Amino acid sequence: MSALSLRGLNKSFGGNAVLNGVSLDVEAGEFIALVGPSGCGKSTLLRILAGLDHADSGEIFVGGRDMSAVAAADRNIAMVFQSYALYPHLTAGQNIAVPLAMKRLSRTQRLPLVGSILPGQKEIRTGILRDVREMATVLKIDHLLDRKPGQMSGGQRQRVALARAMVRHPSIFLMDEPLSNLDANLRVHARGEIVELHRRAGVPTLYVTHDQAEALSMADRVAVMIGGNLLQLAPPEAIYNDPAHIEVARFVGQPRINIIPALAEDGRVSFEGIRLALLEKVANGQVSLGIRPEFVKLSPSGRSGLGGRIDRLEFLGSEVVAHCRLDATGDIVIAKLAPHEARDLIAGMPVGVLLLPERAMVFGPEGRRLRTASAAPARQEPAYV
Amino acid sequence: MTSIPAGRIIRFALLSLGALMILAPYIFMISTAGKTQSDIFTSSLSLIPEHFYFAENFAKALSKVPMATLLWNGVLVCGMIFFFQVLVAIPCAYAMAKLKFRAARLMMVLVMLGLLVPIHATALPLYVAFDRMSLLNSYTSLVAPFTISVFAIFMFLQFFRAMPDDLIHAARLDGMSELGIVARVIVPNAWPAVTAFAIFSVVAHWNDLYWPLIVVSKQAYATPPLGLMYFRAAEAGDDYGALMAATLIITLPLVVAFLFAQKRFVEGITMTGLKG
Repeated sequence: MSALSLRGLNKSFGGNAVLNGVSLDVEAGEFIALVGPSGCGKSTLLRILAGLDHADSGEIFVGGRDMSAVAAADRNIAMVFQSYALYPHLTAGQNIAVPLAMKRLSRTQRLPLVGSILPGQKEIRTGILRDVREMATVLKIDHLLDRKPGQMSGGQRQRVALARAMVRHPSIFLMDEPLSNLDANLRVHARGEIVELHRRAGVPTLYVTHDQAEALSMADRVAVMIGGNLLQLAPPEAIYNDPAHIEVARFVGQPRINIIPALAEDGRVSFEGIRLALLEKVANGQVSLGIRPEFVKLSPSGRSGLGGRIDRLEFLGSEVVAHCRLDATGDIVIAKLAPHEARDLIAGMPVGVLLLPERAMVFGPEGRRLRTASAAPARQEPAYV
Repeated sequence: MTSIPAGRIIRFALLSLGALMILAPYIFMISTAGKTQSDIFTSSLSLIPEHFYFAENFAKALSKVPMATLLWNGVLVCGMIFFFQVLVAIPCAYAMAKLKFRAARLMMVLVMLGLLVPIHATALPLYVAFDRMSLLNSYTSLVAPFTISVFAIFMFLQFFRAMPDDLIHAARLDGMSELGIVARVIVPNAWPAVTAFAIFSVVAHWNDLYWPLIVVSKQAYATPPLGLMYFRAAEAGDDYGALMAATLIITLPLVVAFLFAQKRFVEGITMTGLKG
């Protein structure tokens, strides 16, 4: 039984479909990153999961229990918001204590004045305080408990928000771009921390982000969502090396994958000397050839490969990105090279562009991946080449 | 030595002139409160009283009308009106700003319509209704018509719209009911709006003469402005010195309150958003 499973969720706002039959399973202890460009429906999905919004159709099960009639507060789902959403009038400690107070204290015990003289509430309050301290120690914010959100930095607020979500030991953990308000250095550091916290707590986590690097580096499995459709759910290596859809291939990877139009004829795809045998039947016509920039080689002598010219060179330290224009078709092909490979290259010079055919992927006219005889084994190989 | 730029001098002069024009009646009132009846009715206009008559006028103001009762009534009525206005307007504005329901649009139209209708238009039907219920000459009749303030709803609505949705979502996930959210999240963060509204409400109702004049005829329920009417003794002519002294006394609470909380008031009026 999955910790969380979504079955065919649909949602539209005023005729605009935001979610198209999204189905997803999160296994116990798993970290799933839901990634996609802004406006692809990932935040809507998260809000529906949390019970803050309702799907038009579809089902949600948490631990096998149907959640459709369960209110947000009773789902035992915790969420970290992009804006942190800390209560501005409460200190960090009080913020973290809120979910515990709501859960453990009765309605009358929570009342001001009256509540503080009722029997039994004192022990509960001490327990809450102890748990808050414990959580704060784990997140290294115990020195901040008396500060209000306004007096804290972005990184500190983000930890308080994490603490507030984790303190009640939720059955599911949702995070809505929790790192996007942090500066770049802190973000990379916080990635590692969240993964570490997840490993320690073991709570199944659904992590929404628009940053594909974040998704690939943190998650056990990555769900790529584009235009309200869940296009692929797979481990990061498979998402990168073996994308199921052209949009997934385009969205994941930096610099972007090269997409070149090619022709499918009688079960073969051909492009300027590359011939790939298709394993499935496709009507003759236009298809797309995808090849990652690291599988494009340049030959300065121009003796091998397709004739082309370097438009632009970007030096990125550990690598050099070359933008080349093919003479024959005018297509731009991006090559990612090691610095020593790029030593003799200068912008404007003619080069031979070598596309490694065994690394090329073929996508059908509607974007679906078409299996080819040579690309099939790419799945088993490691991500680096 | 630094020279003050001419533009600044002109600006300062204009502002001073404006302030003087606004303050002139008040200054004249202070002056009159210190004059004898004969001083007041001389043809010459002097700001400094010839004989200082402050003590006598204030003594008369305090003895001729039950000043303590008037002030207490004023505090009670304004306090109750303000309390009920906030009690009604905050949940209402919260629902309209943050909850999705079908009647929201209709309610917005009603609020706008409500803003357009002055109390004078509804005064007569209200008077008849209170009369039938035998509620004239009571605190209820003074307070009840103002407990639902569309102005308050409108003002809080604007303020709550600026509050982040995520804050309310977080509260729901933390296990709060909608009323819990209002009490624990909205109200503690709405103080700037409440303070700003308090100025409008208290000033308006402390100074209101129109409505108390309609529903109250007994001195026991008179509010301060109504109390001033009792200085108009038909046979002896109006005692302006004492009247001005009494007016000074009843405007004093507002003036003092403003001077003390000036900074907060200005903050409250200019504050439109909430920073998390």
